[in-house]
Amino acid sequence: MSHDAHEHDHSPVTNRDEPPIAARVRALEELLVEKGVITRENVRARIDWLVSRTPADGARLVARAWVDEDFKGRLLADARVAALELGLDPGEAPQVIALENTENVHHMVVCTLCSCYPKALLGPPPDWYKSLPYRSRAVSDPRGVLREFGLTLDDDVEVRVVDSTADIRYLVVPRRPLRTNSLDEETLAALVTRDSMIGVSQPLTPA
Amino acid sequence: MSFAHGEKVRIAPRPHEGHHRTPAYLKGKAGTIERVHDRFLNPETHAYGKDGRPEQRLYLVGFALHDVWPGYGGPRDDRLFADVFEHWLEPES
Amino acid sequence: MHDRGGWPTDAPIDRAEHELADWEMLMDSIVGTLGARGVMNVDELRRGIESMGPADYEAASYYERWLFATEKILAEKGVLSPGELDEQVAR
Repeated sequence: MSHDAHEHDHSPVTNRDEPPIAARVRALEELLVEKGVITRENVRARIDWLVSRTPADGARLVARAWVDEDFKGRLLADARVAALELGLDPGEAPQVIALENTENVHHMVVCTLCSCYPKALLGPPPDWYKSLPYRSRAVSDPRGVLREFGLTLDDDVEVRVVDSTADIRYLVVPRRPLRTNSLDEETLAALVTRDSMIGVSQPLTPA
Repeated sequence: MSFAHGEKVRIAPRPHEGHHRTPAYLKGKAGTIERVHDRFLNPETHAYGKDGRPEQRLYLVGFALHDVWPGYGGPRDDRLFADVFEHWLEPES
Repeated sequence: MHDRGGWPTDAPIDRAEHELADWEMLMDSIVGTLGARGVMNVDELRRGIESMGPADYEAASYYERWLFATEKILAEKGVLSPGELDEQVAR
């Protein structure tokens, strides 16, 4: 997400390209700042943090796990601590759990009740993750959803849908693609897509 | 009461007015404790201006998709997991 | 209405994505800041969203729901007075 083109100017002037709700949200900020409930600096800092969140962080965790079995063990034991080990920000979730896909098991994550998502490590969730059809069908027809995303799994692969209903955030560690033994960690990380860490598709394969 | 990994449980088939994090589609369903998590603030009170204490134990519970959905068309080994608070679990013999 | 697991639907999953608008980032940050400052927690936000009528819930966009819930909870807590935000918008 690029915000190089303009400053985040939170003045109350309504930009005519924005929907009416934009003015209401800006007015809400002004009012809360006036009342001393929040400060503009708090809000700016939070926006800066949100903008800084991308799936590249999650991809680094996965790539390191692919090349380092010991790290993978630590990642599967506690993904928050493993993220901190790599100098990454695991965010405010009290716990993050990494779920390993194998030859026999494929994980997929959803939040049927709202939109819980490991956004510190993956960036903001895509619209489809928050959509009513995904939230309805991921738990009742996971293989159908995966087919829509272009992924068909054999019947002997166990699909595990994880409904993220409480305080824990889940991240999928997808399978390392074949023919990647000669690739370095950075190149491997570039193969790890956001969608593969949600579990709706596989990572990219090398060119 | 508390539960251990591997124990069979049933999600309480209780109706509940107001905010809670036990999905309707799992109420009354039988599953197995997959993980024992930490304790967390109780969202059912925390959502209404209370402090959410005492904290409640959270569990990752696993279900066979065939048990959750009678018409499920996928393989028998397909599973679903959800985080459920202790006070929504009943022992299943 | 918010409890969607297994709801029957023929709707395909629309995979089009949109970059968050400035107002959406702002809404997200206001909520995050209110949480960090102990004014409104995430369970209260969710409760607020869940109190939307079914038609309103389905018609609203994601961050429209957040605004609805935030206004409701802050009004409940007396942080916002009735009509105060409307007045602020009009200023």
